[in-house]
Amino acid sequence: MENNVIDSKIRAVQADVRVWLKENWHVNHSLLEWRNLLVESGWGVPCWPKAWYGRGLPADMETAVNGEFAAAGALGVARAGIRMLAAATLLEHGTEAHKQKFLRRILTGEDNWCQLFSEPGSGSDLAGATTRADLKDGRWLINGQKLWTTSAHHAEWGLLLARTDWDLPKHQGLSYFVLDMRQPGVEVQPLRQMNGHASFNQVFFDNAVIEPEYLVGALGDGWKVAMTTLAHERRSADGFRNWGKVSNGEGAIFEEERAENAIFNEPYKWYPQRAGRVDLIMQRARDSGLISDLRVRQEIAALLILSETAKWTAQRARAAQQLGRPQGPEGSLGKLAGSHIARAASRVHTLLGGAEVMLKGKDSEMQGLIAEILLSVPATSIAGGTDEIQRNIIAERVLGMPKEPRFDTGPFRDVPRGLKK
Amino acid sequence: MQYSFSDEQEQFRDIVARFMREKSPTSEVRKLMETASGYDANIWQQMNQELGLGALCIPEVYGGQGFGFVELAIVLEEMGRNLFCAPFFSSSVLATQAILNTATEAQKSAILPDIASGQRIATLAMCEANASWRAKDVSMLAEPVDGGFSLSGKKHLVTDGMYADTFVVAACVDNGAGKSEAAFFLVQSDASGLRRAEQDGIDATRKLAELEFRGVVAEMLGKPDSVKVDKSIAFSCVALANEMVGGCQYLLSSAVEYAQLRMQFGRTIGSFQAIKHMCADMLLEVELARSAAYQAAQAVHHAAQAESEDDSEMLALASLAKASVSDAYIRTAETCIQIHGGIGFTWDNDTHLWFKRAKSSEEFLGGPMLHRELLMQAWGV
Repeated sequence: MENNVIDSKIRAVQADVRVWLKENWHVNHSLLEWRNLLVESGWGVPCWPKAWYGRGLPADMETAVNGEFAAAGALGVARAGIRMLAAATLLEHGTEAHKQKFLRRILTGEDNWCQLFSEPGSGSDLAGATTRADLKDGRWLINGQKLWTTSAHHAEWGLLLARTDWDLPKHQGLSYFVLDMRQPGVEVQPLRQMNGHASFNQVFFDNAVIEPEYLVGALGDGWKVAMTTLAHERRSADGFRNWGKVSNGEGAIFEEERAENAIFNEPYKWYPQRAGRVDLIMQRARDSGLISDLRVRQEIAALLILSETAKWTAQRARAAQQLGRPQGPEGSLGKLAGSHIARAASRVHTLLGGAEVMLKGKDSEMQGLIAEILLSVPATSIAGGTDEIQRNIIAERVLGMPKEPRFDTGPFRDVPRGLKK
Repeated sequence: MQYSFSDEQEQFRDIVARFMREKSPTSEVRKLMETASGYDANIWQQMNQELGLGALCIPEVYGGQGFGFVELAIVLEEMGRNLFCAPFFSSSVLATQAILNTATEAQKSAILPDIASGQRIATLAMCEANASWRAKDVSMLAEPVDGGFSLSGKKHLVTDGMYADTFVVAACVDNGAGKSEAAFFLVQSDASGLRRAEQDGIDATRKLAELEFRGVVAEMLGKPDSVKVDKSIAFSCVALANEMVGGCQYLLSSAVEYAQLRMQFGRTIGSFQAIKHMCADMLLEVELARSAAYQAAQAVHHAAQAESEDDSEMLALASLAKASVSDAYIRTAETCIQIHGGIGFTWDNDTHLWFKRAKSSEEFLGGPMLHRELLMQAWGV
């Protein structure tokens, strides 16, 4: 009975989208024209509030609406980069003026965004940020340095976490701002990684200026607002780069979207390699003839057992969630499992390559792809929370073990930081 | 594939778990493991009369309750968690799966009702000097004689062998084409020419025996079929994997609990990252192993209900689960002792009871190395 009601609601929404798409979707639109139509109709982000370019539909309708877009071959709003994290944060904590100024251009793709949280001195300890924001003559002056900022060089705006009070304990002295990236006080430099790519940037602030109305949330609420951003980042982690799936439609509008995606996909092109490329193992083992080597078979089986059981464990977590049962320990384990899988895969790729792993580049195995795997895997156990932080989280939140003793609860000014002298 | 248990299955688990907690505290385990039979006949009777566990996954036509393999896996997990001392695995898993997979209807009707009720305790005698539970490694020859087949030779590592009433014995017959095919044979404990001797097991809760056959006359179950013999062992591997997961969970909980009690350097050892991280790693390993065991239980559940032409995916999952859980169980046991420190190496501390079960189970029905290889073969690699 209840299911029938839900089904009929979904069907009604699907019918509405279908009619609207039939009347409005056309490949002769420019990408911007089309996205403006989407924004005005509310079908681009149907689960956003009606007041802000959405239709106020429940979150579970999104899949149904997306399905109609896919069936019609129609493009959606801009999703690339961290724009949706910015939007979610502004929808929750922003002022009317923020929403007015930023949301529409986020969806049309006219503005791009980056996230300015991590610093050289605050990685795992994100709340230890020391980039400072000082109020001078009614404007905020920003000084300091951010790190690991993806797409900073394409961004018009940045989500900035900066310290506004040094006398409060560290979490309480932070504030959250929107920073104009296109100004003289902001310098973006690419950061070269050990695998040779430069997917991230360092961003330097030298008296960069923020107008007071660009504070998001209250002064000193920076940590709370940043938690909203990070919660959305974690929630969307699985489907985060769905926008990276490039449509193969023909026409100028598709060309435009492909060009847009190409820019934003660029930093992520080695991400599959850092996860270890388990998918390549079996074929490589067959091609190399090592598949009949008993030792290699053992290593491959052990790796595949790890990756299969990790998949099932994630599925158990999802099933429990869907049934509304209390979240078991399965959910928090995925990231740690991913590190084990990546390292095991890297070992097997080495075993299969033998001395060939001494080479990289075009003439090496799989045109350098294997070398890229071996040189990218070390990022997996660090990016997005190190294995050690994950283990702390698992031990404390899942197993109920004691929290770490803290030495940073007093005024931030007195907290030891940086490198020990 | 399903990734959760139904509400009914969860309720069933609660009932079994309560029974195991009440009937199998470690004081009871320690008492029973010092006895020759290793179990309490009264509790065995209660288990069968009150909960009907012996009958659980035997079809109703043979006097069972007709539940599936997932329910059996739930029972075994709870037994493994509490080291429940009883011939359940021998009778209701090893022997029952062998009979269900190979015997004729008439044979099943004759044997299974007594196993279902718990009145008859059966077990499997398969492994020989080569320590293998695979059909191709069975070398005992079954010679056709009047009234059946004659068996000669030795079987060892026969669980509950000293007290079983009935043995399901693996032996081969010549299939006429110069090749031998494995089959199961039924032998009663009072058969003429059968001698049994106790074997001293590393795990005192798993009673072992060596059987010597001297021209014992036996009845063949069904027809010779090595594939079905291996399939019934695969089913038992999955059952064992689920039993082992219960033990893993006990060890993990025990280590985490102790780490929060034990004080050193003025703080609980559980407040040290060195210990917290060991516990987090243990949890990860146990949950991955649990996923393997549950997934395999479902595969067997379906394979047992619908006769399928191709069992390779079920066989793959069975080996995957046995390999995964074997590694997880012994590592969890080692870590649990490590976290307990010196006290964990003493007889009075309970950890060694599970450590010994883990070590014994690691190689029982084939070790992790063998099963990783069998996994690759089942995947067609």
